[in-house]
Amino acid sequence: MIPANLPIQRPPDARVLVIDPGGQIRSMLRSRFPMLLRPGDVVVANDAATLPASMFGVHKRSGRSVELRLAGSESVSPDDVKRFSAVVFGEGDYRTPTELRPSPPELRNGDALQLGPLTATVLQLLGHPRLVMIRFEGPSAHIWECLARYGRPIQYSHIPVPLAVWDTWTPIAGPPVAFEPPSAGFALDWRTIDTIRRLGVHFATITHAAGLSSMGDEELDARLPFDEPYRIPHSTARSIRLARMAGGRVIAIGTTVVRALEHSVSVHGSVCETIDRANNKIVPATDLHVVDAVLSGAHEPGTSHHKLLAAFMDQPTLLRMDQALQHHHYRAHEFGDSVFVEKSRNRESSQVTGSIWAATQRPRVLSVCQEARKHEATDFENHARSFTKV
Amino acid sequence: MASELVEVKNRLELTSWKGIRVAVTGGTSGLGLALVRMLLDRGARVAFVARNRQGVESLVRERPEARGITGDVSQKDDAYSIAIQILGALGGLDVLVNNASSLGPVPLAPLADTNSEDFELALQTNVLGPFRLTKALLGALAASARDGGHPLVVNVSSDAAISAYPNWGAYGASKAALHHLSGIWNVELASQGIGVISWDPGDMDTPLHAVAVPEAGAAALKRPEEAARELMSQIANLISAVRQVGQ
Repeated sequence: MIPANLPIQRPPDARVLVIDPGGQIRSMLRSRFPMLLRPGDVVVANDAATLPASMFGVHKRSGRSVELRLAGSESVSPDDVKRFSAVVFGEGDYRTPTELRPSPPELRNGDALQLGPLTATVLQLLGHPRLVMIRFEGPSAHIWECLARYGRPIQYSHIPVPLAVWDTWTPIAGPPVAFEPPSAGFALDWRTIDTIRRLGVHFATITHAAGLSSMGDEELDARLPFDEPYRIPHSTARSIRLARMAGGRVIAIGTTVVRALEHSVSVHGSVCETIDRANNKIVPATDLHVVDAVLSGAHEPGTSHHKLLAAFMDQPTLLRMDQALQHHHYRAHEFGDSVFVEKSRNRESSQVTGSIWAATQRPRVLSVCQEARKHEATDFENHARSFTKV
Repeated sequence: MASELVEVKNRLELTSWKGIRVAVTGGTSGLGLALVRMLLDRGARVAFVARNRQGVESLVRERPEARGITGDVSQKDDAYSIAIQILGALGGLDVLVNNASSLGPVPLAPLADTNSEDFELALQTNVLGPFRLTKALLGALAASARDGGHPLVVNVSSDAAISAYPNWGAYGASKAALHHLSGIWNVELASQGIGVISWDPGDMDTPLHAVAVPEAGAAALKRPEEAARELMSQIANLISAVRQVGQ
């Protein structure tokens, strides 16, 4: 694969490699993505907007220059803008590949980082000299203004031009809580969303604070993905339940959506209206309980995203997918081409239909879900009628 | 009986605005200022935008429950900075009021005497600014609709958008563009559940009007508070109309 080095979200020649449940592989133009959908499916995307999460400044105790990249937060609430996990780099900028960036000065609890007009205090090292918990000082309004005016989106060494904020926001971006773009969503413009709705496909969103994809350190990257907060709105939980009742597929736009929905099922017993933190890792051995297909980037073997894709198919199919991506010169990374992977028939779990909707790990939350399901017979009839209108 | 009806109506209006998330540009003077105050009085959650930092800070001191944002909607680089701060303050958005306006040349001038730079400023502030900010906030507005809300974009227009008044060329042409933009966007965004209207408040006693027509007597002009009341009523009507259609 070759890195996509232009910040164009929807190049006309963008392609998607389609891997169907039987393991058949074909390549097509990504603009024809709606043709992969069927009436009754639900498409779920991540509507998180990308924060300008990179700030340059000075480590006050040593006087050395640093770059702070926000990596994670406690919640998806905009009020929660003070505490973040973050990666600190030494001198230099994005033109140097992340793995070659110099280490930051030695960081200690209580150190201050001056980032333009914003002050950050190091609260704690998180098991690595580069990874820290920080607290921004000052009122929320000041922090938001500083992030908005002085922060920059995290940059990539394979993209020679600096990325602006608007390069990193998907068309559907809403709450600014992601640290890197939920880039699978670049494929969706408003015309596409209108098209898939006209096909009788539901469109829904979650908000998932997508974290860093790489931190320039093998040891740190092995810990990815970090825990990430997410929110599933009532309307999305309902759309998913109705789609499943109607025999439709749940199609995730991006790995963050897969992670959040599968986490919700594993913890709450079903996809519920909830605010929670995804601490699950989806790996080749993971049984997927709710997501039937994913539209994602063309990821390289060894990355956490690639491991997640492996949960959708068997090993031989995964290898053939990797070979096809290489053979057809697919473009990797945020602005690259895509894959659309349906869960392989070989990966069907016998537990799926029977057990997940009855799991009871959090009775309080589950009771909300049960209450919602009481109304679903009527909802389902209305839902079915809605297809006759389109 | 009549007073009871008024009381019931007021109570309903108070209830209906509680928790509604509203962003207002040009929020520190004229119609924008009156609107910010009235929205806050009725329980809305408000973020307002203005260019002048002192003006923003002064209004935040008066109404600390509002989030004041310093920014210039005519500047491309400010659009996403403003959007981030609005969404950071409110967590989402139900109503966007694109109220900030530029006259273009000051004093007003015939088109033949208008510098292209002044015309560009009017277009940047009155057309491209609202376009960029609306686009940056479209995801949040669509999310409001999916969550059962009835999001609305109000583009503050003028009768100069419709009638050809001499000397109002840059302003009138830019407001005409905004008016038409609103109509097209309203049709295009209907499928997402987002309404877009162009709204003419009439001639008001505002700093902008005083610059445009210094000789106009304040007595003949509408008070900004009156226009703000009319706009809030218009928004409430549209939202309730959408609710009835949706029911």
